[in-house]
Formats: sequence, C-alpha cells, structure tokens
Amino acid sequence: MARAFDFPGGIHPPARKAASTQHRIATAALPRRVILPLGQHAGQPAEPCVEVGQRVDTGTRVAKAQGLISADVHASITGEVVAIGSYPVPHPAGREETCIVIEGDGIRDDWALLPSLDWRRADHATLHARLDASGVVGLGGAGFPTQVKARVRERNAIDTLIVNAAECEPYISADDMALREHAADVLEGARLIAKLSGAQRIIIGIEDDKPEAIRALERGIAAGQAHPLPISLKPFPARYPSGGEKQLIKRLLDREVPSRGLPADIGVLCHNPGTLLAALQAVRDGRPLVSRVITLTGEALARPGNVEARLGTPMNELLATAGLDDDRLARLIMGGPMMGMELSRLDLPVVKSSNCLIAATLDELPPPPAEQPCIRCGACEDACPAGLLPQQLYWFARSREHEKAELFNLFDCIECGACSYVCPSHIPLVDYYRAAKSEIRANAFEARKAEHAKHRFEFRQARIEREAAEKEARRQARAQAAKRPTSMAANSTTSAAESTAQPQPATADADLKSLRIAQAAAKAAVRKAEKVLARVSQSTSHKGQPQGQSDGEIEDLEVQLATARENLAAIEARLAAAKDAAAGTTQAPTPPSRSADTDQERTP
Amino acid sequence: MSLMHQSQVSRQPTDTGRVMAWLLLSTLPGIATLTWHFGLGVLSNVLLAGAFGIGLEALVLRLRRRTVRPVLADNSALVTGVLLGASLPPGTSLWLILVGMVAAIVVAKQLYGGLGQNPFNPAMVGYALLLISFPAAMTQWAAPHGLLSADGLSLGELLARVTGMSSGMNTGPGVDAWSGATPLDAFKHKPDALLASEFWASNPLPDGTQAAWRNVALAWLAGGALLLYKRLIGWQIPLSMLTAMGVLAGFSYAVDPSHHGSPAFHWLSGAAVFGAFFIATDPVSAATSRKGKLYYGAGIGVLVMLIREAGAYPDAVAFAVLLMNFTVPFIDYYTQPRTQGHARPNRGIKVTRLDDEEAS
Ligand code: SF4
Ligand code: SF4
Repeated sequence: MARAFDFPGGIHPPARKAASTQHRIATAALPRRVILPLGQHAGQPAEPCVEVGQRVDTGTRVAKAQGLISADVHASITGEVVAIGSYPVPHPAGREETCIVIEGDGIRDDWALLPSLDWRRADHATLHARLDASGVVGLGGAGFPTQVKARVRERNAIDTLIVNAAECEPYISADDMALREHAADVLEGARLIAKLSGAQRIIIGIEDDKPEAIRALERGIAAGQAHPLPISLKPFPARYPSGGEKQLIKRLLDREVPSRGLPADIGVLCHNPGTLLAALQAVRDGRPLVSRVITLTGEALARPGNVEARLGTPMNELLATAGLDDDRLARLIMGGPMMGMELSRLDLPVVKSSNCLIAATLDELPPPPAEQPCIRCGACEDACPAGLLPQQLYWFARSREHEKAELFNLFDCIECGACSYVCPSHIPLVDYYRAAKSEIRANAFEARKAEHAKHRFEFRQARIEREAAEKEARRQARAQAAKRPTSMAANSTTSAAESTAQPQPATADADLKSLRIAQAAAKAAVRKAEKVLARVSQSTSHKGQPQGQSDGEIEDLEVQLATARENLAAIEARLAAAKDAAAGTTQAPTPPSRSADTDQERTP
Repeated sequence: MSLMHQSQVSRQPTDTGRVMAWLLLSTLPGIATLTWHFGLGVLSNVLLAGAFGIGLEALVLRLRRRTVRPVLADNSALVTGVLLGASLPPGTSLWLILVGMVAAIVVAKQLYGGLGQNPFNPAMVGYALLLISFPAAMTQWAAPHGLLSADGLSLGELLARVTGMSSGMNTGPGVDAWSGATPLDAFKHKPDALLASEFWASNPLPDGTQAAWRNVALAWLAGGALLLYKRLIGWQIPLSMLTAMGVLAGFSYAVDPSHHGSPAFHWLSGAAVFGAFFIATDPVSAATSRKGKLYYGAGIGVLVMLIREAGAYPDAVAFAVLLMNFTVPFIDYYTQPRTQGHARPNRGIKVTRLDDEEAS
C-alpha cells in the first residue's frame, strides 16, 4: 500500500515562494553594529569571553559554550565590543536576553579564520573540536548544536544521513536558494557529517516544487561519483509538513521515530542543507558561523529575495534594503507562517535560527477571525501528520486535564500547526498545546526542585573530592620525583613505607584493579548522563522557540553530567597516582591526566 | 501558532458559519421535494422552527450575558431549526414546534454550554420529546396530495392548523386529507396473517405515498452528496449506518420476505437517508475519530433496524441517534488512532494515579 510509506494527514498551503526565488542570494551590506545574543541555540546560553572595549575581528570567539548542549558565539563583524547587556531578542513573548554588542565602521572586515582542515584526512576528534569551536548549530530553526549531533555515534549506530531539503513551509526559500548555488558544497558537507556519524548512505529528501535545486543536486551527485558513499535524491510531491523530521523519515525510509525518541534511535540523522554548508565551511575554510542565508519576503517588501546576512544584523536594516513599505506592513514574522513567530518590533537582531522574515500586508496574512467553539468536525484529525486527535487534545488542554492530554499523546505533537490551519472554528489549537506542554513541564520541574538542589549539592561535593584527589596525586608525584635519584639504584620497594597512600605491591594491584573498575563505571556514568542530556535537549528543542521552555530540566541534566565528570576526573587522578606508585620509580611519573572529556572546565 | 488559515487561501467553506450555510443549502433539495409532495405545511414547519431557533438562541445568549451577534453568525441554531422542522409532520402546530425548539436549543444545547458542548443532537432531542409527548400529532402524516393539488390544504386551513385555531387534530376541515401514515408505519401495523405482497396489493396508503417517500429520500441523498462533495461531512457515518441497516434488513428479508421489508424499503421509506447524512453526521454529538465514526454510524443503523423491527415506533432515527450519543465518549476512548511512533493505539482511559504514589 502506497499510504503505508507515508505519514498521515498533511495539508497543502499555498507555497508563496516565487517572490523570493527570482534572484541569486545577495550579500547584505556589512552592518555597523551587531547585537549577538548569547542563547542563539538550544541548551544553555554561552558565557561572554571578551570585555567591553576589546577589539575583535570577524570570527573571533566572543562567548564560550557552557555545558554539553551549548554553542560558541563569534564576532560577526570587525570592530569593538561596546556593550554586554540585556537587549530584546526574537522571542514570541518579546523577551530580553544578554547580548554582546559590537560596533565597526561598516568597511573593515578582517577575518580571524581557523586553519583549514581536510575532513577526509582529519580524525574525528579534530573535526569535533572544529565544529565545537565554530559555533555551528542547526540552521533550520531549532538551533541544535551540530557538534552534539555529530557525536551521535557515541550513543547510537547511524546508517542513514538524511538531508532535509524539503523546506515545506510556505514562503521560506533559503535552503532552496543555497542548494541552487552551493549544491556541491552541501553534498560535501553531507559527506563530512556522514563520515563523523558513520552513516552508510545519504538520502536527500526534497519537495518536487524546487526543480532548479533538484537539477543542481543531480549535477552535484553526478560530479561526485568518485566518492564511495552512495547519495540518492528523492523528490516527492509537496505536502506540509513533509520537512518535519519524523514525517520525512517516515516518507523516505518508512521508519517511525519512537514516541519521545530521536531519529538516532532508528539509525537516522537529519540535517538541513544550510547546516551542512556551515559545517563544511567551518572545517574546510576555518570559518566560524558568523552569517546565514535568510529569506526576506512578504508583500510589504518591494525587493524580496534571499540575502546572506551577518548574524546580529538588525532586521530593520535588511528589510529597508529589501524595500520595506512601512505603511503596508501589518505583521512581521520570523520563520514560516505555520511554525514561525510574530515579532513585535523591527530592530531585533538576526540570529542563527532566523531562516526567514515575512513582512506581510494585511491582505496577505490577515489576523485570525474570532475563535469559535469546536464543533468536533474532525478536520484537524484528518490534517494531523502525527496521528493524533487534535480535537480531544484541545478539550483536555483547555480544561487543564493534563493527565488525559498526555494519555492522548500530547507530547507527540510536533506543533506543525496543520490542525489550526484547517480548523473551521479558527481555534489556535497549537497555542493551546504549547501552553499545556509548558505547564506540564513546569509542574514536573516544580516537583523535582528538591531533587535538583540535591544534584547541585552532589556536584559541589564531587568537585571538592576531585580537587582533593588531584592535590593528593600531585603531592605523590612530587614526592616520587624528589626521591627518584636515590631509588633508581635501590629499586622500588623502599617507597612503600613512605606514604600511607602508597600501598604494598600486592594490595596496590588490587587497588589498581578496583580503581580501574571504578573508572569504567564513572566513564559509563558520564556517557549515560551525556546521552540523557543530548536526548532531552534534542527532543524538547522546538522550532520557533529555541530557547526557554525546558531550561530548568536541561540545566539540571547539565549539573548531573558535570557531577559525573568530576567523579570520573577524581577517579582518574587517583588511578594515575596509584599507577605511578605501582610502577614504582622505574619510570618517570606521568602527570595526572584528565580524560579528554573533562579537560575543559565546563561547569554550569 | 499558525498564522495562515485555510479560509484565507482556499475556496472550500472553511469556517463554521459558512460550513453551516452550506449545510442549509444542502437541505434545499430534500425540503423542496417534501414540499412538492406534502404541501406548504413543510415550509411552515421549517420556517417556524428556524425562526424559533434563532430567537431562542439569541434570548438564551442574552440571559447568559454572551455576545449574541458572532454566535448567531455560526448559523448553527438555524440549522437545528431547519433539521427539526424538516422531520416534523407537515403543518405541525406552532406550539408543538416551539416546545420542540425549546427542548432543542435551550435544554439540549445552551444549558450544556452552547455549540460544541452538547452531548446530544439538539434537533433529535426536540423530536424525541415531541414524539413521546404528542404521539398522535407526531405520527399523522399528510397524504401526498402535492403542492398544487386541490385536495391539499388551502393556505387558510394551514394557517388555522399551525396556529392551533382549528380545534384539534381529528376534527375540522380536511381531516381526511390529513389523516395518514407513513409507509413504515403502515407496514409495521400490517396484520400478521397478510403477506407483504398481499398487503401492498391492497393499497393501504393513499395514492403515491410510497413514490413520494422514495423521491424525498433520493432528494436528501442528493443533498448528502453535496455535503460529501464539499467535504462538510465524512463518508464514514452515512456509509456505515446505511450499510448496517442494509445488512440487517437484507438478512431478515432473505429469511422471511413476506413479513419483512427489503433493504431498499428500509432505506427509502423513512428518515434513513435524511438521518444518515444530516442528523447522524452532526459533528458535535457524533464520535470524533475516523474509526469511531464507523462504529457510531453502524451502531445507529443497527438500532434503527432493531427498533423498526421489534420496537413500538415505526421509525427510529431519533432514538437511535440519541442512544448512540450516549456511547460517544466510550467509543472515542477506544478508537484513538495510532499515533506515529507508537507501536499500537491507546485504548481506554488509564490515567496514572500519581497522587497515590505521593501519598504513600
Ligand atoms: S477542526 Fe476545529 S472545530 Fe473541527 S474538530 Fe478540530 S478543533 Fe474542532
Ligand atoms: S500541531 Fe500537533 S496536533 Fe496539530 S496537526 Fe500538528 S502534530 Fe497534529
């Protein structure tokens, strides 16, 4: 049955992409002032690592990732840091967030590039470190840090990399245009990510209303025949939301992402073309993420199109260049009309997840008519791509029957808005679901507050212990180094009496063994904590609201992860000391080494 | 937040007011055919019930201190009125219609919270109440004299009847013209000794009665087809209801054709088609999932046949619909679709008892 190979429901909104696909991607004028929010990604905001007054080049890191799920932020222009403080950012509730403001002269553009890497030769650790240092995040809207996704291999076996070029939401054409112009680089980026994730094949899913991008991809695939990794291009008829990760996987592979699971659980990794391009540029050109392609469209613009804009550029500058008619502008939307958010002001900065700005006139996207009662017509059910009963969820969300809403799989809702789109009573169903979800999460968070406090306490304990262990190890190392010249001749056993911490060889062996076991356990604990954190952050990061929502939960998981790392570090310090002792004085003592995982001090 | 809406970009009727307007349009063939065969009494029913619907809804909304205008704009009270009016015997008295509409709009709908909140189909609540309270008046159907024929009621007589000026049902002018039965009614009261073929051969009904009912059913079918075409209703309920009726009727007809009606007889001589397309599909009181709608429609079909064959009433769409309305929450809990990413669909209500855990 053909239907089995497809997701249920779906809608056919008008695409309205033609206006912005008439010209090539333009390069926006260099802004004189950029505002860089510290939380442009899912997870914890980054921490500033520059000071006011400092001069920065384009590409200088200005804020450092905090915790596992986070991303660096880089200066997007050359100039001086003029302020670090709260500024309004694109957010549905008009929130303010800490931002770094840089001012330049609008002409100078000196780049601080990292050395170029050949991804085919470089090892995984180098590539991970590079992605880490480049601040690359998912550019499709959710803003999930790419380096975390790239390390999926440590958690799941991946067989397929899907390039999500569906771009099913109306208006948006950033990926379409990027593919037309940089298909070969996108494919190269896909191969890079496939190498990192261990995927055996690459499948490109694209809606067939983008013939030029499809042709460009075909050419790119033909040109790259030499490469062993098979790439297949699968165009399919447009239907919203075929670009939803779960829907796309269902459509291309007939695999279903388990409820509350991730694509990685079924061996699939999804990336959108823009992200792959950014990843390749970070590796090949040493170019951190400081700009992105953004679609500027809507009938209030005289010259709609796609531009490559520096991050932090005020939106009103871009819109002015595109010929914004202030009088006709009725609403400004970031993202698409289905899942995007309405912005209340024009001077907000472009962020990593800004894929589209729609300057809509009143006729184009009129305000929704008054909400009418649900008549249970079931139109929403027919449209739902997740196989839910939106009408029931609506009742439960409205009456705050959260348990029942969860029972009816509220958390499988991908917030695609298909149900709201068809509802004849104009009920903003998704708003109800979002409110219910965040209320449920907030309740769960409240309930676990004590637990979170305990985790923070455990973390402090673990840090103290780790510091003590390291100190002890250093002391031992010094002691051994001091007595090496004499004991060289006298050979090992004399050292036994020296320190109580240095056991007899027999017990030393047993000790070593138990420490090794403890080390393995601690490593497993770290991996587990990482896995949980990656999973939770990935499954809760939603398009349209990259930050907020589940901060509390993620923060707590970050604390747990940091604790596990401290424990591991403490054990490794002790293990190194014990090894030294056991090896006696025959070799030079190795300094207590901390694992690669823990070498960056990353405490939330 | 979906900032785009289908109603802004498509010509399909996609807001509730327009949905209801199309529904009204789809009732026109049925009402016109009824009027053609049974006279102006049909129109007076429909107009009066519709007017009462709007008036009562406005009244209650005002009492409930709600805004009246936008709610009336959804046309749902008008639809309820038209549907009830179309089900009543032609020329029903004003007072009966008022009682029925109070039951429908005030009790069954507004007291439950208005559109979307009513567990029972308002029009059928009104109909059932009238049928139980005024059985005589409700089972007297006019003979199909036709709209233009001289045998029918004149306008004046109709007015007198409708306003209750004429003294009662069984006296006054034209009583012969009015006493009548529906084919279902007649067949139900067929003497047991008589075979079906003999019964029909004896011309138990005024001329053209059966043909008139058939035409009316076909006209409702045409209206139903428009609803389906416009995607205002799903195919599930009408199909499953009519199929269930057909299967049961076919079975009993096959066993004993001389005492049971054929499937065609059951489909075409009562309110079956009207009920299947216009009543059972009322989205508010019907089951809501696609699968649930199949069960719901089939349940109505089975109940209609059971009551027709074994019950005390000749037709049973109203009772069957109301009975199935009771089962809707149950059906809904057990027919949830399989959500993507789940191995199997949820069934029933298993609310986790979190508070118990905390208490212990
Ligand atoms: S589409 Fe709207 S009115 Fe229809 S059942 Fe869904 S929520 Fe109710
Ligand atoms: S928003 Fe949620 S409930 Fe509505 S159609 Fe999308 S997945 Fe289904």
